[in-house]
Amino acid sequence: MSTQHFNDHRIALLQGTLDLLILKTLVLGPFHGQGIARSIQRQSDDVFFVDHGSLYLALQRLEDKKWIAAKWGVSENNRKARFYSLTAKGREQLSTKTTEWQRLARAMELVVGGNRRPSSEEA
Amino acid sequence: MFRRRRNPKDFAEEIRSHLELEADELEREGLSEEEAHRKARIEFGGVRAAEERFYLKARFEWFDNMSRDLKFAIRQMAKNSGFAITAILVLALGIGASVAIFAFVDAALLEPLPYADPNRLMAVNESIAEAPLLPLAYPDFVDWQHMNKSLSSLDVFAGAGYLLSTRDGTEPVTAGRVSGGFFRTLGVRPILGRDFAAGEDRLGGPNLTLISYGAWLHRFGGRKDVVGQRVSLDNTGYTILGVLPRSFSFALAGNAEFWVPINTLSPHEQTRNFFNFFGVGRLRDGVSPQTAQAEMTAIEKHLQNQYPNQGRNLTAQVVPLAEVFVGNVRPILLTLLGGAGLLLVIACVNVASLVLVRSESRRREVAVRGALGATRGRLARQFAVEGLLMAAAGGLCGVLVAAALMRLLGKLVPKDMAANMPFLDGVDLNVHTAVFACAVALGAALLLAGTSTARLSFQKVRDGLAGGDRGAASRLWQRLGANLVVIELAIAVVLLAEAGLLGKSFYRLLHVPLGFDPNQVATARVIAPEQVYKGGKARMAEFSREIVQRVKSLPGVESVGMTSLIPAQCDCATDQIHFPPRPYHGEHNEVDELHVSPGYLPALKAALVRGRLFTEDDDGTKPGVAVINESLARKFFLGEDPVGQKIANDEGGRDTEWEIVGVVSDVHEGALDATVAPTEYFPLNQTGDSSFTLVVRTRQDATALLPELVAMLHQIDPNLGVSDEGTLFAKIEGTQAALLHRFAAWLIGGFAGVALVLGVVGLYGVIAYSVSQRTREIGVRMALGAQRNAVYGLVMRQAGWLTVTGLALGLAGAVGGATLIRKMLFGVAAWDTVTLVAVAAVLGAAAMVASFVPAQRAASVDPVRALRSE
Repeated sequence: MSTQHFNDHRIALLQGTLDLLILKTLVLGPFHGQGIARSIQRQSDDVFFVDHGSLYLALQRLEDKKWIAAKWGVSENNRKARFYSLTAKGREQLSTKTTEWQRLARAMELVVGGNRRPSSEEA
Repeated sequence: MFRRRRNPKDFAEEIRSHLELEADELEREGLSEEEAHRKARIEFGGVRAAEERFYLKARFEWFDNMSRDLKFAIRQMAKNSGFAITAILVLALGIGASVAIFAFVDAALLEPLPYADPNRLMAVNESIAEAPLLPLAYPDFVDWQHMNKSLSSLDVFAGAGYLLSTRDGTEPVTAGRVSGGFFRTLGVRPILGRDFAAGEDRLGGPNLTLISYGAWLHRFGGRKDVVGQRVSLDNTGYTILGVLPRSFSFALAGNAEFWVPINTLSPHEQTRNFFNFFGVGRLRDGVSPQTAQAEMTAIEKHLQNQYPNQGRNLTAQVVPLAEVFVGNVRPILLTLLGGAGLLLVIACVNVASLVLVRSESRRREVAVRGALGATRGRLARQFAVEGLLMAAAGGLCGVLVAAALMRLLGKLVPKDMAANMPFLDGVDLNVHTAVFACAVALGAALLLAGTSTARLSFQKVRDGLAGGDRGAASRLWQRLGANLVVIELAIAVVLLAEAGLLGKSFYRLLHVPLGFDPNQVATARVIAPEQVYKGGKARMAEFSREIVQRVKSLPGVESVGMTSLIPAQCDCATDQIHFPPRPYHGEHNEVDELHVSPGYLPALKAALVRGRLFTEDDDGTKPGVAVINESLARKFFLGEDPVGQKIANDEGGRDTEWEIVGVVSDVHEGALDATVAPTEYFPLNQTGDSSFTLVVRTRQDATALLPELVAMLHQIDPNLGVSDEGTLFAKIEGTQAALLHRFAAWLIGGFAGVALVLGVVGLYGVIAYSVSQRTREIGVRMALGAQRNAVYGLVMRQAGWLTVTGLALGLAGAVGGATLIRKMLFGVAAWDTVTLVAVAAVLGAAAMVASFVPAQRAASVDPVRALRSE
């Protein structure tokens, strides 16, 4: 797991969570690394701080798992950049991971948020 | 692990592109170009560091994860030290027992004999139906040696004993008499001096001797100048020719110290009816033992036509030498290995079910880790590392247990028996045992990791997180855990049953009707001094009378006798007899032959059935007389009165007749597990043996008499040799038959005890766990009106069902297993009902006790609290 930095209001990401965020970002279309980092930061209202070193390692990991594919291309402002896009396998993983995350979040909420049971329990 | 990664240059390029893109964006946000580049760099953090991490990650990820897994596993074990210690101890016990037994199996059955190319060495001997391995008669050996074409060499060995003259008087020593090429056939070379040269073993040749490494060290101080020195054996000078290597041993020779060439033959040994020479031959290349056996049999047939008095039913037996040396310990070793293997399985299953219970309590941990992104493979590896760590710790402790067990077992073998099992020296922690221990530990690790992983694959992450549910996973565990405990119980039943059968065999063996009273009898082997023996039968008779008289004067002595062999040892000396005037065509009527003094049979308290026993009048001046046992009378004189009839045999090439004067009830002369052989007794005073065993019945403790007895014998003549002093009872308890059965019974009994404990504890675990899981259900039942008795029934039914299944499987396995070890059984059938019923009762009772505790807990559940607990 990556080293955790607590930097004022920004929260370092747990491994696994970062994977999910990357996958989620790529749903919108191919992105390069810098774009992914910016997008995650922006979408989380600047709460998440993306350690760039970890980001690229995560990208590499996902690429190794064939969840995402990479290709060199040219950015909108004509810079050479490596673009990542979701594979079919990645899309599948995204949906599983999302469900898992939602369960985790709900469970965390149950524990941290005062042990209230949701009115209707899912099977 | 080390997947081929993308080129690091490409990665550096990507980072550069990132920095530029970031700078562009920052510029657009209003920073100056320089400022933007600076900030982009800062935001990124260490570029170098990122590149390095990318670089190293591929290489170190695996080790990194490994060390993290290890640390985690150690933390886990430390946190649950009770679980870890139990698991490791149980594993250590299972691994230790199997490694220790394997060390014996390895040394005895796998390790080749310490000779050159030992697989080609054969025991080449004669054979008849009653005695499949009959050593060679010397003239037969000479003929076989010259006539055969299948063997590149054939040599013989005969055990011998001499009186060695030392500074302090005389001392009996064990020796081997061999034909000249014996050591060349084995491929053994002296480490000092030389081997016998050609012709040095001719009859009347020089008196030479090779000495054992032990004799060299202890008697000659390991000095190099020992070669050429002279020693006195039986008052005859022998020149020391050389020293045999330390590794040399010959199982049949015991701890023989002197090896002499056969250069004299007694009158008996010159005949074709005195089978005393154990043949060892080396097969020529490409010749099979069967071919050699066929050729030897053909040669033997040819000889029998030439020498008709030899009988017609002699054939040859050619079997691997190793078979003769270790064949008798193979069944017990394999039995023990089987027992230890079962114990190992039960230990592993026990630990596996412990792991299952533990993994149940780790469901949430696994779920959280899964949710945080740990892949299934990653979790499986974590379990594998935990399994490996546990097995490694268990294996390590197991090796310590094995080392202790080996030493203990080695010590349990009495010295004179160990001398005939040279392989015992090879029982040690060596490469073979280390490999075996590693393989066993690895197997255990795989099983443990496999159990956790299998458990994992049935678990849905979300079930674990949801926490409250006791759904599919628990039911699955119950099924798996229950199956495991059935295996444990079944194995415990098998081991208990085998232990019961072996114990019963041992008991039966010790309670074989002996035909004599073995208690309060002291014995000692006596070798007459050369000058007495040379004086002839009359001088020997006088000498024995003096011994009897003097020993009788010792306090507490009741009666004294002498025999060529003490009872219940072996059918070692046999005779081929016929009954004149009945026609005789060389049939092999083999009977045990004993030479005894008049006082011997009374001293043993053997019962006289007909006629009379020997008296002092039956001496060398009178015609030969004999006493026979009832078995001989039954076999050869059915419906006749044997007293007054004649036995004829070949005494040293001379046909001799002996008149039967009495019949005694059967004395168990042979091994305890053998049937009583027809036996003839001849008077020592008429055979004139130079050595005999003194048998002294006392009114008090026989052990206490031994030192006085030995002192008295030395006082009679300082030149007589005394050896093997001990009580008759100890001698019988120390026979191979008794020891092997005792070993088997105690060790398998020990294994069974441990197995019973593990099995019952396993059952307790399953039932207790099941009760804890069903607390709410039980609460509901009780709230709905179920009586406590019904709750008891609920739990006991489950336990009963598991126990009955385990018992049924185990009893079937036990009968199967007992059939496999039937060679080890004596006087008891594989399906001995009493044993099986007793085992079932013991296990059933233990199982009921083990499940009663959790049942009690279940019945005392408070419905209100149980319902609230979730």
